Amino acid sequence: MAESALLVQLGVIGAYLVVALTVGVLAYRLTGRDAEDYYLASRSIGTGVLLFTTFATLLSAFTFFGGPNLAYAAGPEWILVMGVMDGILFAILWYVIGYRQWLIGKAQGYVTLGEMLGDRFGSKRLRALVAGVSIFWLFPYVMLQQMGAGEAIVGLTNGTVPYWIGAAGITLFMIVYVVLAGLRGVAWTDTIQGVFMLGIVWIAVGWVLSAAGGLDAVSASLAETNPEFLSLGGGVYSPQWMIAQAVTIAFGVAMFPQINQRFFVAKDARVLKRSFALWPVLVVLLFVPAFLLGSWAAGLGVSVPDGANVVPVLLNAYTPAWFAALVVAGAMAAMMSSSDSMLLSGSSYLTRDLYRPFVNPAATEQREAWIARVGVAAFAIGTFVTSLFRPGTLVEIGDTAFGGYAQLALPVIVALYWPRTTRQGMFAGILGAQLFYVAHVFLPAVTVGGITVLGTTYFTWDFALYGMVLSLVLTVGGSLITATDTDERSETFAVGVRAE
Amino acid sequence: MERQKTDYLWIGVFGVLVAFAIPWFLWGDARTWLGLPLWLWWHIGWMGLASLTFALFTRRGWDRLMNVEPDEVGFDG
Repeated sequence: MAESALLVQLGVIGAYLVVALTVGVLAYRLTGRDAEDYYLASRSIGTGVLLFTTFATLLSAFTFFGGPNLAYAAGPEWILVMGVMDGILFAILWYVIGYRQWLIGKAQGYVTLGEMLGDRFGSKRLRALVAGVSIFWLFPYVMLQQMGAGEAIVGLTNGTVPYWIGAAGITLFMIVYVVLAGLRGVAWTDTIQGVFMLGIVWIAVGWVLSAAGGLDAVSASLAETNPEFLSLGGGVYSPQWMIAQAVTIAFGVAMFPQINQRFFVAKDARVLKRSFALWPVLVVLLFVPAFLLGSWAAGLGVSVPDGANVVPVLLNAYTPAWFAALVVAGAMAAMMSSSDSMLLSGSSYLTRDLYRPFVNPAATEQREAWIARVGVAAFAIGTFVTSLFRPGTLVEIGDTAFGGYAQLALPVIVALYWPRTTRQGMFAGILGAQLFYVAHVFLPAVTVGGITVLGTTYFTWDFALYGMVLSLVLTVGGSLITATDTDERSETFAVGVRAE
Repeated sequence: MERQKTDYLWIGVFGVLVAFAIPWFLWGDARTWLGLPLWLWWHIGWMGLASLTFALFTRRGWDRLMNVEPDEVGFDG
């Protein structure tokens, strides 16, 4: 690689990150020191910012690099999976879980999911369980961002800059950012980055298309080299697989700490409504061009080196070095905003749901803030070290995390809507499904009497779906056979004057 | 409060939106239009329709289905 091109690329990425950091510092100066402001920006987030901050949080390495890689290898049907999942299922959950949580959170002043459930069921242990499970599955997802950044830098610089530098850079940046900014800063940069990514991905599509001879030419070459890409389904894309992916990811996303915490921050109901209605359109605007780029790269005969991502390689081949660098900078920034949000929410789970209730109830605000920041740094360094071992592809690791969160979703929905839910039922549903899921992720498959147990599927359906069914059965069944304890307060989840 | 017929209608509408977000009837179909697969055009149209439906829902069903009065949450519908 020419030295000047490398300088341009690194210069563009560096400049972009400095701008993002400046925004964070500005936000820092506006941020109050209390928890409501640090974690929830005083519940004052408006439509544009809420929409983009949630959106940018979804805009992770999984969607921006993993998705196009999959489209490059197996065809663009991933667009449809993202459509059902993000555009429709998640929007519905946005209402079913999100609006309900917003109403309850506003009335009771909750900041985290664990706090809400722990208070309702009168159980510190339940609170800790929810926080612990959430932090556990955050690990692979933060690691995913570091891997994505490392691979992006490798692809962009053709291997001149090694993988670990990209991963280490993003780690350092996100620690600094979270420690400084709080939710207001994260939300502001998310908005800037969301708008930037949306714009730049369309420019990238236009640029690649015009350099490669137009949409018809690109489509024709794709039909020649990979005719199966144009037909719906085939290869990895079976109906069972597509449905399982869409369902587990949509339900998982709603339980992500950083997404779930967003359900508490809207300024008013109008903000939630507008975001809800705009959601499917935003999904189309971003994912269609991003994933098409991946598939087109296959038709254009772009070859992707091992351990790199297709998008930077394609852009390097068809656009100038500075532009490719700008897109990668934008994507890295998007990954950082995902990670920042995750780490920020994770740290609030750590301090509010674990540290304060169990370790030091009398901790001062300063001490709590200090624990949160040390926790963030330790966590990010841990995921960074693990990311150096590259334990799977971006999509595989993302799936594992989403599936783990998805196991929480149905017990939470039951608790939100069914006053008869009991503490024992919640424990049964959450613990049972987590054990089932963790066993499938970490234990090897065995064959017992001709049936494969602990494999990836049963009767061609993903094990994560069975885990979700199990969580539902255990929560409802457990609640039916146990009695409500005296300190369980179902009235805290009653919503509205018409409720009676 | 009694559930109204329209409440169930909304649930049905959401069901249809989910069910046909993947155009199963185009399975294995490789036809293209203007350089993009037909099923991709379906996706784009369907998401637009979903957005309009959701916008309508926020006006007609949002608070009703959650059993809250609009003025209770500080916004008049």
